[in-house]
Amino acid sequence: MKQTLLSLSNLSKQFGGKTVLDGLDLEIYDGEFITLLGPSGCGKTTLLRLMAGFEHPDEGSITLAGEDLTHTAPENRPLNTVFQHYALFPHMSVFDNVAYGLKMEKRPKDEIRQRVDEALAMVQLQDFARRKPHQLSGGQQQRVAIARAVVKRPRLLLLDEPLSALDYKLRRTMQVELKRLQRELGITFVFVTHDQEEALSMSDRVVVLKDGLVQQLGTPREVYERPANLFTARFVGETNFFPGTVESVHDGSITVDVFGLKRTLRRPDFAVREGQPLNVLLRPEDIRVLDPADEQGVAGKIVERNYKGSTLDSVIHLDDGTEVLASEFFDEDDPAFDYRLGEPVKVSWVDGWEWLLPGETATEEELSADA
Amino acid sequence: MHSVMQQPFKTAVLILVWGWLLFLVLAPNLLVVGASVMTRDPATFLSLPLNLDAYRQLFDPLYLEVFLHSLYMAAMTTLVCLLIGYPFAWALSKVGKQRQLILIFLLIVPFWTNSLVRTYALKLILATNGLLNNALMSIGLIDEPLQLLYTEGAVIIGLVYLLLPFMILPLYSVFEDLKQELLLASHDLGAGRLSTFINVIVPLTLPGVLAGVMLVLLPAMGLFFVPDILGGSRNLLVGNVIKNQFLDARNWPFGAAASIVLTVTMAFLMFAHRLSKRRIGEEGA
Repeated sequence: MKQTLLSLSNLSKQFGGKTVLDGLDLEIYDGEFITLLGPSGCGKTTLLRLMAGFEHPDEGSITLAGEDLTHTAPENRPLNTVFQHYALFPHMSVFDNVAYGLKMEKRPKDEIRQRVDEALAMVQLQDFARRKPHQLSGGQQQRVAIARAVVKRPRLLLLDEPLSALDYKLRRTMQVELKRLQRELGITFVFVTHDQEEALSMSDRVVVLKDGLVQQLGTPREVYERPANLFTARFVGETNFFPGTVESVHDGSITVDVFGLKRTLRRPDFAVREGQPLNVLLRPEDIRVLDPADEQGVAGKIVERNYKGSTLDSVIHLDDGTEVLASEFFDEDDPAFDYRLGEPVKVSWVDGWEWLLPGETATEEELSADA
Repeated sequence: MHSVMQQPFKTAVLILVWGWLLFLVLAPNLLVVGASVMTRDPATFLSLPLNLDAYRQLFDPLYLEVFLHSLYMAAMTTLVCLLIGYPFAWALSKVGKQRQLILIFLLIVPFWTNSLVRTYALKLILATNGLLNNALMSIGLIDEPLQLLYTEGAVIIGLVYLLLPFMILPLYSVFEDLKQELLLASHDLGAGRLSTFINVIVPLTLPGVLAGVMLVLLPAMGLFFVPDILGGSRNLLVGNVIKNQFLDARNWPFGAAASIVLTVTMAFLMFAHRLSKRRIGEEGA
């Protein structure tokens, strides 16, 4: 059974009249890796600062394992933070940086030495204890920041976009390393990022935030495959939206008209009636590009193709102007696979791989948040 | 390699800088060093043979006392400047950008008036029948005017008044550079306000403190006109001694030796400042 460690209830926060968090509720389970994902200004960093105690909410409460922390000072909270720019003390050695938190707890010298050595060994920096932060690379500084936070054995570790300053390869390495640390230490990680790929690959659960509200809370798979709304669908991964209309409703299925194509689809969770507009969401990898002679499918032509190594990504303009992204794995046996630019094709998708959302139209705001 | 002809501007600037340093900095200082090891001569000011008598004279109990008293007043001035300037600079770095500009402007405005004039103004305030005494008497706090002028306190007040901006500006600059994230990190790791102040804020603002001390302590030993106007005959600075040796006593070697002591002290402080900056990694590894 999952046990709630940190409970946020009805959190609201305004800055200068601007609402950043709007009555947010969230339960964080003990030992999980949970990611707060959203575009800048969505309130994810504010949420983290409220948990750390750097800000206090206008309304609502924060409870950690039954203890009310809402107005507790940061120094008295049993949780630690890894800062975006590491925030290592520049005048202290690596050892002293990591020892800082234990010195504040007035631990005996021997214990401090032993625990700091352990923490540095854990992040493979035992040989760098005497160095100053400015003598380390970005990745090494990052690891010192992590060691400094976990050496206190917090119940919860808050990570504020900790990998955003690293280059791509190092990010990948650190992602794996962070996952390993989290497994080994059994500490609950609350990870803030605007990088959806990072969120999907690392988390047990993802919280998608926008305008201070939770848009969706679920496993990476749920968030990617069954987005709760258009915002999530657009923000997490690439998505094609096909507008459709419900033709008829059956027991477990509905017939939908998409670009004049009649397809029988699984009946969605929300209520549907005949004539209702729908959005058919298709990830690029759900799309199949077919020969123009094929009976099913919507006609269009290839306007862009991108060789990605394992996949071939194409952009197809349908005849009505809709742009479709398709990402196909190579099929060695299919000689017709490689299309030329401008070549007419038909577009279809694998049955059952679609996801349906009610037919709200995407607003300007959502479109811009996507950019 | 670029030839001189290809970079006439760069060459001209370099010549100007080197010329300036050679003729207006190095040469005068060498002259002072030279003068300090020569013999006093009533007719020609300086004569041979070379000797270290002037430096020996510095340890004469009479002058040693003047030096120590001067050092004491300069140190008090520096301390008062630091005690006022540190919280002031801290607060200055915290207020909004608009107000920051106004406050810095107000800090700099007095420089537009000659410091001699401002010291005379201070004399009017501190005098027996001055503004301060009159104000205190009119609100009934004192019955008799206090002796404020011609005291050690008056000299220190005058020096603080003139030198405070030199303490505040370097401190303001280090507080501006102080990253809030570091203070948050300190709290996050369990340090309260006092611990954070001692372990993070003080060490990180130390270069500013030393820069401020450098800019206040040395001038505070040299601003001879302040004791001339406010201090009376007993509250002399090293600056007064140097001035007197050159203008009144006509003992140039001794005056030169005394000013070299000031220069060496300055060099020592600059060295300490560099070390403190290197400690926090602001200059090369």
